Amino acid sequence: MLRVAFLIPLLPLAGFLILLASGRKLGNPLSGWVATFLVAASFVVTVIVFAGLFRLPVGARSYTQSWFTWISAGHLHVDMGLLIDPLSMTMAAFVTGVSALIHLYSIGYMEHDEDFPKFFLYLNLFVAAMLVLVLADNFLLLFLGWEGVGVCSYFLIGFWFERDSASSAAKKAMIFNRIGDAAFLVALFLIYERTGSLEYQRVFAHLGSVGEPSLVAIGILLFGGAVGKSAQIPLYPWLADAMEGPTPVSALIHAATMVTAGVYLMCRINPILYRAPDAAHVIAIVGAATAFLGATIACAQDDIKKILAYSTISQLGYMFLAAGIGAYDAAIFLMLTHAFYKALLFLGAGSVIHAMNDEQDVKTMGALARLMPITAVTFLIGWLSIGGVPVLSGFWSKGDVLLNAFAFSPALWAVGAVTAVLTAYYMGRAYLLVFRGEQRWVEAKPKAKAGLHPHDPSWVMSAPLVVLGALSAVGGLINLPIHPDFDFLERWLNPVFATRLFSHQWSLGGVWTFALVDAALALAGVGLALALWGRTYERPAVGPVFLRRAWYIDWAYDRLIARPSTEVAIETSSVVEAKGIDGTVNGFAWVVRATGRRLRSVQSGYVRNYALGLAAGLVLILAYVLTRAS
Amino acid sequence: MTTAASWYLTLAAVLFTIGAIGLLVRRNVLVMFMCVELMLNAANLTFVTFARRLNDIAGQTAVFFVLVVAAAEVVVGLGIIVSIYRRRPGATADDIHRLKG
Amino acid sequence: MTLLAATIPDAVTFVIAAAICVLGALGVVLSRNPVHSALMLVMTLFGVAVLFVEEDAQFLAAVQVIVYAGAIVVLFLFVIMLLGVDQKEAIERDPLPAQRPVAICVGILVLAEVLLLARGHWPTGARSVSGAIGSPADNVGLIGRSVFTTYLLAFEVTSALLVVAVIGAVVLARRPRPALGGSAPATGPAVEPDGDDEDPDDTEPDGGEAGTAETVSSAAAQAEDELASPEVPGP
Repeated sequence: MLRVAFLIPLLPLAGFLILLASGRKLGNPLSGWVATFLVAASFVVTVIVFAGLFRLPVGARSYTQSWFTWISAGHLHVDMGLLIDPLSMTMAAFVTGVSALIHLYSIGYMEHDEDFPKFFLYLNLFVAAMLVLVLADNFLLLFLGWEGVGVCSYFLIGFWFERDSASSAAKKAMIFNRIGDAAFLVALFLIYERTGSLEYQRVFAHLGSVGEPSLVAIGILLFGGAVGKSAQIPLYPWLADAMEGPTPVSALIHAATMVTAGVYLMCRINPILYRAPDAAHVIAIVGAATAFLGATIACAQDDIKKILAYSTISQLGYMFLAAGIGAYDAAIFLMLTHAFYKALLFLGAGSVIHAMNDEQDVKTMGALARLMPITAVTFLIGWLSIGGVPVLSGFWSKGDVLLNAFAFSPALWAVGAVTAVLTAYYMGRAYLLVFRGEQRWVEAKPKAKAGLHPHDPSWVMSAPLVVLGALSAVGGLINLPIHPDFDFLERWLNPVFATRLFSHQWSLGGVWTFALVDAALALAGVGLALALWGRTYERPAVGPVFLRRAWYIDWAYDRLIARPSTEVAIETSSVVEAKGIDGTVNGFAWVVRATGRRLRSVQSGYVRNYALGLAAGLVLILAYVLTRAS
Repeated sequence: MTTAASWYLTLAAVLFTIGAIGLLVRRNVLVMFMCVELMLNAANLTFVTFARRLNDIAGQTAVFFVLVVAAAEVVVGLGIIVSIYRRRPGATADDIHRLKG
Repeated sequence: MTLLAATIPDAVTFVIAAAICVLGALGVVLSRNPVHSALMLVMTLFGVAVLFVEEDAQFLAAVQVIVYAGAIVVLFLFVIMLLGVDQKEAIERDPLPAQRPVAICVGILVLAEVLLLARGHWPTGARSVSGAIGSPADNVGLIGRSVFTTYLLAFEVTSALLVVAVIGAVVLARRPRPALGGSAPATGPAVEPDGDDEDPDDTEPDGGEAGTAETVSSAAAQAEDELASPEVPGP
């Protein structure tokens, strides 16, 4: 059964190729259905392979399948190979599952777009690349998938490329990603140089012979790549701008899948991080800082998608915090539940935007709960989940992270706790402003919104919301800390992390204490939101400017880096390139032409002149003979 | 004693130079031709001088052949000149300058 | 080699003959009238013939006078008279800039170099390789023997050359007869039938190139025979 694993990335890739060849012919909505079907089929295959893996005894849950040799140059040997183990299958399962739901949703969301087939083409390619990323058995193939998702992100963010803001955002995403990729590449070089291979199993087997400074360097560099891909400090500004893309893109790529690739990478290299605690500590600290930063900025945003974007940055910070302290399964658990509720929130936001005729400003929404019940309920579930309200999935997953964080370092726990409060608060603010209160959009833009009748979308868009809502609600059941029998996820992932997993065994009392504390934090945030935004709208109408402007960090990047670089580029192109390099090349041509012009006058056409030339030559020859003869 | 060879060689050189300058300076085709004959004669003189100096009959034989070839050359050359002049009376050496660059 | 070791008669003869040569040469180059140039050339040739005699090349002296002065220069004069090229040439100005001064400079340089070479060390070849020069009475015989034995191939080749020259001159200078129901006359090696039987003055390309092969004009053939056959001292 495991042998069909190669179909998992191949089906979406086939979808990409089919749509590339005949997408326009299939048209709207058939191309969407083809794409969705293929991703759903990939999900089914994933489940099959998952079951196959499950049937293997615990110690033997690792299966590699190699398609062909990709590179064989000297000592470097890289295969196109898949590694089927609990971690990769977990990732594959939720990637394909959530992707299938989002594909379905997109059929409804993008139905009025004329580039409908192109959208699904890119989405399928993205899913294929993401699956290659998570299923790879060597770093180079992972990097191939890494780059693939980066490229698809660029395409999809800039999908409506006629908009300047969209194409700029796509470029920005690419550039920030690239910076991370540079670090990743250096790490690859280092890995190969120190261990002689790029395959996970070989690399991890040779780690004993590598010195700790190299391991720290590798860890930090790979984290650098993750920082770019998963929008951590300092490479996070692109994620907010990436909201220029269509909402399903934001849901899939910038919430559930691509940005989690960095976390996956950290979990995958746990043998390296285990031996390089300094690197791991850096990861944890950066993660915690980012979590706090993202949450504070989200509190003051007015664009619903930007709120969700900064929320993603914050939650990813949590995941890196968990990975940094060694609680890998907590990180994966949080990733899983986050995929559910963040995708849900984004899709819900998409419904609202769709219903409000592409309006994204929460200040001009309100009282939509009655008009869009399904969306409202699912959004509520998403809010409560992300806030960490018991007994929804977020409560368990975030609780897991905080539990381990306290055992590692109470300071980090404190940051996480404050962030948890903020998380519940800002998401509550979003919910209340959009779905409760008065219909502010009637007065705000009377002319534009005159014929506006917000309503719940059709079943293609509502069904995924419902499914994700259900998953968000009950998803926590896969890893309950209450009783050792219930932590299915931890046991499932154990072969991958083994003894390197940091999992403090709290007593039952300790577990319950923390559960209560988490619940208190969540309810505090919810209460704060209700207090400030529940009734009226007159409360701080806008958040402090400092937060609204995202701590001015992006502004600083622009002023300190982007503008000077552009100046340098302009200077170089106009001076060095045009005058220097071009000038030299043109200069050659000019010299040739000028010389030719001068020399041309020798060809006078008169025979007597030529005879004179002959005579002059004779003079020279005789002179030579004279000098030799004497 | 007879005259020294260097006198004859000097004379031949002078004749050759005059012929060469004339060839370069004159424009009338026939006069240019005659300058060529002058140069040939200078060469002949040199040959004969060396024949005497080296006491070798081959120098004189060479002059013999030079004479023959000069004659043939004159024949053909004049034929060409006649053909040209039929077409273009008053042509000079300067009229051909199509190869001007 | 001693420069001045010479008998008086030889020296005097040499000086006079040399003067004649040089004057003649200058006359060729400097005369305005081509006929004058030709006559000056004759003078030079006579001077050279005298010098040949002085150098024990009597046969060559005779041949020089007969062939060179007597046939070739006459040929020149024929052509000059025939074509009316005896107009005076504007000799004062040279249309080509710097041609004249540079030519004179180059000429003087060549002269200087040759004179330097002349005074220098002679490359001495082997002596009497092809036979010694004997007494004046034997000169003809010696040359004849040399031509017919040692240099036989050259002799044969030059014979062929003469034939070719004759044919070439005939073909070059002929005017094809206008077609009276007959095709263009058979051509020799140097001419291609241009199909210009009717009126080559219209069909010929313009420009005055020395396109000798094309210049077969349509006027009635005249004087081709007169131009075609120089006298050659045959074997």
